[in-house]
Amino acid sequence: MAAISIKDVSKVYNGGVTAVSAVSIDIADGEFIVLVGPSGCGKSTLLRMVAGLETISQGEVAIGPRVVNDVDPADRDIAMVFQNYALYPHMTVYENLAYGLKNRRTPKAEIDARVAETARMLELQPYLERKPRALSGGQRQRVAMGRAIVRKPSAFLFDEPLSNLDAKLRVSMRGEIKRLQRRVGTTSIYVTHDQLEAMTLADRLVVLSGGRIEQIGRPLDVYHRPATTFVASFIGSPAMNLVSGEVHGGKLALGPALIDLGATVPTQGTVTVGLRAEDLRLHPEGEGSLPFRVDYVEELGAQRLVHGLVGDQPLVAAVSSENPLPATVSLSITPSRLHFFDSASGRRIDRPGDDRPETLAGGLPALEAAAS
Amino acid sequence: MNRIRLLDHLVLMLGVFVMVAPVVVAFMTSTHEAADIHRNGLSLAWGGHFTETYNTVLTREGGFTGKITGARMIWNSLILGIGFAAGKIVLSMLAAYAIVYFRFRLGTLFFWMIFTTLLLPLEVRILPSYEVMNRLSLTNTYTGLIVPLLASATGTFFFRQFFKSVPEELLEAARIDGAGPFKFFIDVLVPLSRTMIAAIFIIMFVYGWNQYLWPTLMTTDERFFTLVRGIKQILLVWVGSNIPDYNEAFALAILAMLPPVMIVLIFQRWFIKGLTESDK
Repeated sequence: MAAISIKDVSKVYNGGVTAVSAVSIDIADGEFIVLVGPSGCGKSTLLRMVAGLETISQGEVAIGPRVVNDVDPADRDIAMVFQNYALYPHMTVYENLAYGLKNRRTPKAEIDARVAETARMLELQPYLERKPRALSGGQRQRVAMGRAIVRKPSAFLFDEPLSNLDAKLRVSMRGEIKRLQRRVGTTSIYVTHDQLEAMTLADRLVVLSGGRIEQIGRPLDVYHRPATTFVASFIGSPAMNLVSGEVHGGKLALGPALIDLGATVPTQGTVTVGLRAEDLRLHPEGEGSLPFRVDYVEELGAQRLVHGLVGDQPLVAAVSSENPLPATVSLSITPSRLHFFDSASGRRIDRPGDDRPETLAGGLPALEAAAS
Repeated sequence: MNRIRLLDHLVLMLGVFVMVAPVVVAFMTSTHEAADIHRNGLSLAWGGHFTETYNTVLTREGGFTGKITGARMIWNSLILGIGFAAGKIVLSMLAAYAIVYFRFRLGTLFFWMIFTTLLLPLEVRILPSYEVMNRLSLTNTYTGLIVPLLASATGTFFFRQFFKSVPEELLEAARIDGAGPFKFFIDVLVPLSRTMIAAIFIIMFVYGWNQYLWPTLMTTDERFFTLVRGIKQILLVWVGSNIPDYNEAFALAILAMLPPVMIVLIFQRWFIKGLTESDK
């Protein structure tokens, strides 16, 4: 086990395309870090540079005390789990698990012991003599993880390991990965494009966009205090509503409505306002502060997502399915739940009292419900 | 539905007839005596001289030196066929491995150079090759028979395509598992290529077995004659006033057919797999 430090790491491809630019992350020993971002944001490239499968154009990657820029993947003491599992199809599960140990000239007795221990941990004992093709997707995934665990490396690298599984299996494997990582306590870097996976697994999230870090933080911090409009729209489902408004004095003009903010906002003029769908309340027309024209409704079971317009700006509100939807509705907003972003740079404008995310309700459970 | 199936069967039966009839005729004729065949032509009936003829063909010592048997020629053909097929597979796998997995300069150029030699049949370079072997004094040796034919554009091409279809992650997983280039080749690529190897083995074995011109050129010593060449030798008697040993020629032809047929029968399950599905 070891800490990993990524210092000003960049990846520039031959054609001059920059995939990752000057990224720095300090990962503590035993920490579970999730790199999340849309496809093409450089998250996989970054992971592969840590693994040694891509050369590092600039910067430095250190695993433990050792800088590994020029170290072979095999000697970096890491293990990787691939999206398509990359199991050796002609070897049995046992041989798949043992291959890395065999190449390191581990004594036969120890290989047997470690494979047996790993197989027990992952409930793979009945399948040790099978070939990967005779296993289901979830079992293959477990073998792939077993191949990593059995080596007892100082770090696990996961490259979208759950993307090939169906939705239900993904949820249970997610839990399994989290539990295993807690149990073996190995530093892990996990790449995914799925914000829900990122939220549920991570000790800390790294949100990437266009090869740059948008935000690093604990999942709830990132959720409640997104640093940029990109993070705001990427983390959380449904995505945070981003509308433009005008701040004058203590009041916010949003479309036709004027909202009393009740506290000072350290900005004036045009801003981008972020509203979480679950922070919006629906009322019969006239009772709320914002007139809301309903466009269409998505029923999710526990929740319903109401899509509509405030002025000419689209908004989504997540409300409980229990109460019937009024024919015509209006919205109300708790001013303290508003997020403000600079309309030009997209950066967050902090307000006094913003740094108490744990006092806010509507965190993960709402998120899970929205996605399932 | 039934009528369509009947028609299908008729077509298949016609195909079988066209393919098998000549073999049956050859086999039946081979059991007659040479004089019979000369008088009556081909025959579809059993001639009753099966053991005699085949025994003669396999064990009679003939040729100029009086020491060459049919069995010896079969042995030579087997050495040529197997050596040829195995050598080609080893060589073309290594070549394809280098082309696909090592980024050396001009790699693609080399591949296309190899590939274009597909267009050139052996006969184009047969004289220069002979000259080279002659200077190396490798005529009348198994080495001389096999080695010049080993470089194979077809094999290299097949293996290149196959290696390219092996997922990249497998290589990466092996690298992280501490397998070097050699280990990856032996432990992962070769076992994965089994079906491919079987398919190419069949094709190349039959190709090597049926070589006629090259062995004729390379061997003047009867001890190195191959079966295909031996058949020709029997019919050469025609030059004199003897009746050629038609029965023996037919018997040898039948014998010459057997090993390739057996190879195909043994490997056919893998052969079909290798050409149609990829086992990944």
